[in-house]
This record gives sequence, structure tokens and C-alpha cells, in this order.
Amino acid sequence: MLRTFFLMATAAIGASVAVAPALAQQNEQYVPALVYRTGPYAPNGIPFANGVMDYWNLINERDGGINGVKLAPEECETGYATDKGVECYERMKSKGATGAAYFSPLSTGITFALTEKVPADKIPLLTMGYGRSESRNGAVFPWNFIAAGSYWTAADVAIQHIAKELGGADKLKGKKISLVYHDSPYGKEPIPALEARAKQDGFTFKAIPVTHPGVEQKSQWLSIRQDRPDYVLLWGWGVMNPTSISEAAAVGFPRDKIIGVWWAGAEPDVVPGGAQSAGYKALMLQHGAGKYQVHADIEKHLISKGKAQVKAEEAGHVLYNRGLLNSMIGVEAIRTAQKKFGNKPLTGEQIRWGFENLDLTAARIKELGFEGMIKPMKFSCEDHQGADEARVHQWDGKEWKIISDYYTADRKILDPMVKDASAKYGAEKKIDARDCSKES
Amino acid sequence: MLYREAGQFKTTYAQDMAMFPIRQDRIAFILLLALAFLVVPLLAKLQIWPFGGEYLLRAILIPFLILSLAAIGVNILVGYCGQISLGSGAFMAVGAYSAYKFGTGINIPLAWLGTAIVIPPLPVLPSILLGGLMAAFAGVLFGVPSLRIKGLYLAVATLAAQFFFDWVFLRVPWFTNYSSSGSVNAPALNFFGLTMNSPIERYFICLSFVTVFALLAKNLVRGNIGRQWMAIRDMDIAAELMGIRPLYAKLTAFAVSSFIVGVAGALWAFVYLGSWEPLAFSIDRSFQLLFMVIIGGLGSILGAFLGAAFILVLPILLDQVPHALGIPISVETVSLLVFIITGSLICYLLIVEPHGFARLWSTAKEKLRLWPYPY
Repeated sequence: MLRTFFLMATAAIGASVAVAPALAQQNEQYVPALVYRTGPYAPNGIPFANGVMDYWNLINERDGGINGVKLAPEECETGYATDKGVECYERMKSKGATGAAYFSPLSTGITFALTEKVPADKIPLLTMGYGRSESRNGAVFPWNFIAAGSYWTAADVAIQHIAKELGGADKLKGKKISLVYHDSPYGKEPIPALEARAKQDGFTFKAIPVTHPGVEQKSQWLSIRQDRPDYVLLWGWGVMNPTSISEAAAVGFPRDKIIGVWWAGAEPDVVPGGAQSAGYKALMLQHGAGKYQVHADIEKHLISKGKAQVKAEEAGHVLYNRGLLNSMIGVEAIRTAQKKFGNKPLTGEQIRWGFENLDLTAARIKELGFEGMIKPMKFSCEDHQGADEARVHQWDGKEWKIISDYYTADRKILDPMVKDASAKYGAEKKIDARDCSKES
Repeated sequence: MLYREAGQFKTTYAQDMAMFPIRQDRIAFILLLALAFLVVPLLAKLQIWPFGGEYLLRAILIPFLILSLAAIGVNILVGYCGQISLGSGAFMAVGAYSAYKFGTGINIPLAWLGTAIVIPPLPVLPSILLGGLMAAFAGVLFGVPSLRIKGLYLAVATLAAQFFFDWVFLRVPWFTNYSSSGSVNAPALNFFGLTMNSPIERYFICLSFVTVFALLAKNLVRGNIGRQWMAIRDMDIAAELMGIRPLYAKLTAFAVSSFIVGVAGALWAFVYLGSWEPLAFSIDRSFQLLFMVIIGGLGSILGAFLGAAFILVLPILLDQVPHALGIPISVETVSLLVFIITGSLICYLLIVEPHGFARLWSTAKEKLRLWPYPY
């Protein structure tokens, strides 16, 4: 036994020595991807990761990089676990010529943990549509970019849509709205915004938690059957979403009275439910499913050459598109930063400037092939979110149909909340807020 | 040849009862401490391979040290006292959240008495130790059933602790200072007026805690109380007949174990994660700690370190091998392979060496004493 053990130990040490030397490419921008292609959240993690990687590869294949600077993508599997995500972050943060460009963990838990680490390492955190809602305030959170929308935006838009379906905000009075949420920071984030709306509009709000990973929801839906709420908001992720839909069907709660957040509004959430899912509605992080100009480029440069990660029939799915969008915003931030710092691999600190000065105009979005997917977005020192719009789409049993126009979240309610929460965070962490009027 | 105790005469009882009776062991231990306390920080400071980035310190050594500490705690209960516990994750959580509460200040209004319990925010070190103390209370509380039930039944009872505390820290907003997301941030790491933030400083914090508690634990298990625990483990009725009080022995084991686990939990939250949610101390953590103790060797302080290294570090290393060798396989295949390889290694090790790495180590030492003619 001892001898075999020594052999194994020698092999292990040999392997770890082989691990050590990391090759640094000189003229490449290192872009890390925290992905989860395994575990209970993999059905949603895979299409997103495919989109992220495919867009970076498209930039390399089609344009030869960003202004000649090639991207060097690398994946690290987190399994949606916070400690694994932190390990991946530490592993990747200083790789490449200039260190990691930015991180997008696609997990609220990992985002919370990394928010504590990025200021010291000077790496931006791009959390598109998730993460700390108060990180919109760039004065307190210089390194977080909660692009396109926060959970508070989502909560507000969801209530606006319900009001519209009911025929006006005054009709909300006396209605019952329940929130079925993933019992984690992700699911709890919208609660303050929904409570604020409940107070303002006079509806009864009830929050019903579902334990991770969310395959056991019998009692939650039985209590919904007892309560008979007018609407159910669904804040789920991974296997939790299809489970919720089938449980709703089991207790006979109408699917068209369920509105999911934009993380509960993709194909993996509704396809497993089959016919039960028809009528289910979800918010859109501006974009939905479908193919646009950028997909034609991906078809031409990646899929037809066998270089794409996505299967041809899955290009155009909601989360794949979101992955593309995530990388597009990141790439455009790098491009913006290059205008100031030169066409070379940039450090995280320089790219942070790029994020903060990123202005995605309608013309630029059209040039990039994303026309129709998103509206213009503009970031600044005090606004790290850049947009407040969202739409709603509905699953008709075969595909997602857009059923609403753009809603704009009510910043009159949300801005004071962002201000209070970020001030509280700043006081707790003893952060001196930047003076945005002095930033260039 | 080198490792032989011939000629080392012990002339006092103190020498006879020393922690490392053999001189070579003492030298090796001092060298190990010097390596950990001096060489590693020096290499890290000078950025010499393998301490190039902060990766090795931040992502491997710090969690390894903290989980080793937790494994020592679990080993006291499971390995020395024979009380199977699946609640270690919960006791880590109690340590972490109590330390957080002490670190941010406590204000419990007692309206009916017209007064309030007010504790101002305490510095980090007392917070962590008080966190351990609260975990010890929780441990004793959930250790009470151990007086009546044993073995697997006790494991189920401690499982209750796991679910109870998971629930408490998710549901009672007081523990998270009414944070809207349920996630909390550790206060700044101020020790004696110094802010310890760089990886080397964090490593020092963990290393100091681990060294102190490991030495403490080693001495405890060699002494009177440790012998009581082992007597209870080996046969509780015989131990009782010999005059050992099961109540005292079992509950002290729960208290000491939970204290160490609680301190480890506070360190995990404050030093390693910085921001955490109850999921960081889920049932998976309890299982992970139990596996560390079983793989490392039940009833061995060294085993806790070896087990932590195996369960924590090996998967991380395996995960990086294909990429480093330039083998193009996707990350999901790698992570599945890691599961398969680690799992089969655990099975293999438990079949060929059921007593864990610690036994392997002592066999190796025995052979070394007879070297070059081992039999």
C-alpha cells in the first residue's frame, strides 16, 4: 500500500509541477469566463456560456480582435458554487499579459463575494441584469457594472406590466401578488422593491421562498392554491423554473398569471414543462429570443466552420443571446478604453474607464448587428446600469412571443433605494464615495 | 538510518511525555513551522514561483488552513470521542454569524424590562473568539441528545442542527442586520490596530489560529480529557464503569469541537469569503468536513491536515491538469472527470487503508526506523 501511495503522490506532484508555468501571450487581451456547464444550474449556464465564448471568438475570427488586439478567452467551471467561483477568480485574475479584462460570474452569490475582492485587484465586474441592485451607484461601487437592469428594475417593470394587464395602476389596489423566489441573495434582492411598490399601489405582497436548488416546491404551491393570489412573480434559476411551472399546473394556477424575471424566461425554463408551460410570461432583459444580424455573422464565421460552441439550432435562444450581449458590452468597453489608452492589451483599471465611458448609441448597436435586440445604453460615473427598460414575452408552447412594448422602470422609487442601500454599504465598508462631478 | 531514536535517553517524565518524543520529529516539526511562518511568506513577498500571483495563498493555502482547523474540530468529536456529527457546517455558520454580529455591534431591545442589551462593535479577534464560544454553546445544546442516542441515530440528530441553523440564518433577518439580500459582509480585518488585507497577512492570521488551535488540540487529546473521550469512543459502558462521566466527557467533546469549528467558520467568512450567505455553510460543508476526517484518519490531528489537503486541494489540482498540459477538453468534461477521479480515489483509499492517511504516515515512520531493512 505504502509503495503504491508513494507512486501516486509522485505522480500528483509531477502533475502539479506541470500545472505551474502559465504561458502569457504578449499582444493578447485575456478574457476570463466563469461558467457553469455542470450541476443543477447547467441547463441555463450552458447557453449563456456558449454565447459569451462565441462572441469573443467571432471578434477574433471576423475582425482579427479588437483593433488588432486578439482576445484570449478561457473558461473556468464554477458549478454556481461561491467558493469554487472565488477559486476560479483567483486562478484567472492575473493571467495574460495585463491580467483579466473583466469578470462576469452569472451568479449573484459569486458577484457578492467578488464585489469584496475586485477593488483591491482593480478588475471590473460586469453583472448584466443581476448582482447587487445598489451597485448602480458607481460612486460607491466603482468596479461593478450592473448593465441593462437590476432586480429592482425587474420588480418595478413586472408590477407595471401587471398594472397594464389589469387596466391601470389604480386597479392594483387590493390585489394579491406573491413572489416565489430562490432562497438566496438572488431571490431576495427584489423583495425591497416589491414591498415599496406594494406600499405605493396598495396591493398585498407575499414572499414565498424555495430552497436551493428548487426541485421541491409542493408546499409552496399548495399555499398559493390556498391564498389564490392574482399574480405570481417567479424569481427562479436553473431546475427551479420548470419545476415551478409544472407545480403551478398541478395546483391549477393559470400560467398566464405567472410572470418570471428575465432569468426565468428562457427555453430551458419552459421546454421541460411541455404543453403545461404555454401562456407563461417572463420579463426580457430588453432582448428576447430570435436571430439578428450578429447571428448571421456567427453562422458565417463560426457555425459553418465548426468553430462555434453553440449548436446551429440553438443559436437565437434567449440565454445564448444574453451571452452574446454580455460579451458585446465587455468588448465595446475594451474598445472604448482603447481610444484613450491605445490599441494594446489593457489592464482592468483601464477597462473600468472604458465601461464608465461606454456609450452604445442606436447607430453603434446597428453597426454591431444587435439592432432590435436592445435600446441604447449609456454608462457614467454615477450610473453603472445604463438603462431602465424591459419588455415582457410569453411562451406560446413553441416559441417566445413579445407581448409588450418597452416599460421604463420608475426611478422615482428606485433611485432613493439605490442611494440608501449604497450609502449603507459604503458606511459599513468605510468607502469614501467618489465625487462624480470631478471624474473625467 | 537518519530516523532512529537509538541513543536518545529520556531522563525525566517531561521528556517521556513530550509531544514529539523523538528528536528527529521535533526537528522536522520546527522545520515545518519555519517553512510555514518564514519561507512561505518570504517566497510570496519576493514573488518566487510557485507564489507568483496571489493564487496559491489566496485560493489554496488560506482555505486549506481554515478547513484543516475545522477538520481538527470535527476530528475531536468524531475521531476522538466517537460521536458522529453531521452538523459541523451549522456550527461553522454559528461561528461566522455570531462573529459577524459581535463585529458589527448588538442591540437587543428588552422592552418589557425597559432596557436593552447593547454591545458595541468589537474588534475582529474577540469577535472571532466569541463566535467560537457561541458555536460551543450551540454544540453543547445539540450534543445533549448524544447522552441517549448513539452512532447513526446521533448523526441524524446532529443533522437537525444543520437544517435548523440553515433555516435560522436564512429566515431571521436580525442575524444579517436586516440585509435585503440576506448576504452579509465581513468587517475590515483589524488586528491590534493593523488592517490585515494582503494575502500574506491573511495567510498569517489563518496560520496563527491553526497553529495555536492544533497545538491546543494535540495537548488536549493527550491529556486527561482526551483519554476520557477515547474511552467513551472505544466502549462507553466500560468507560462509565471506570468512573468516567459520559455527560461530562461527551459534552466537553461537543463544546471543544464546536468551538474550534466555530472559529474556523468565522475565519472562513471573514478571511476567505469576505461576503457570504448561509449556502456557504450548507450540508455539503458538513459532509466535506466529515470526509476530510475519515480520509485523513479518525483520531489524529495530522490526519485533519492530510484529509483537508486531499479533499480540498486535489480536485483543484486535477481541475487544472488538462489545461496546463494543453489537452483540449472542455471544462465540463474536466469537472466531471475530477468528480470521477476523486470519488474513485476515495473508494480506493478507504479499501486499502481504512484508517486514512494518518495511518499511512505512521506506517511510513515505522518503516523508516527499520530502514534500510524494513520488513
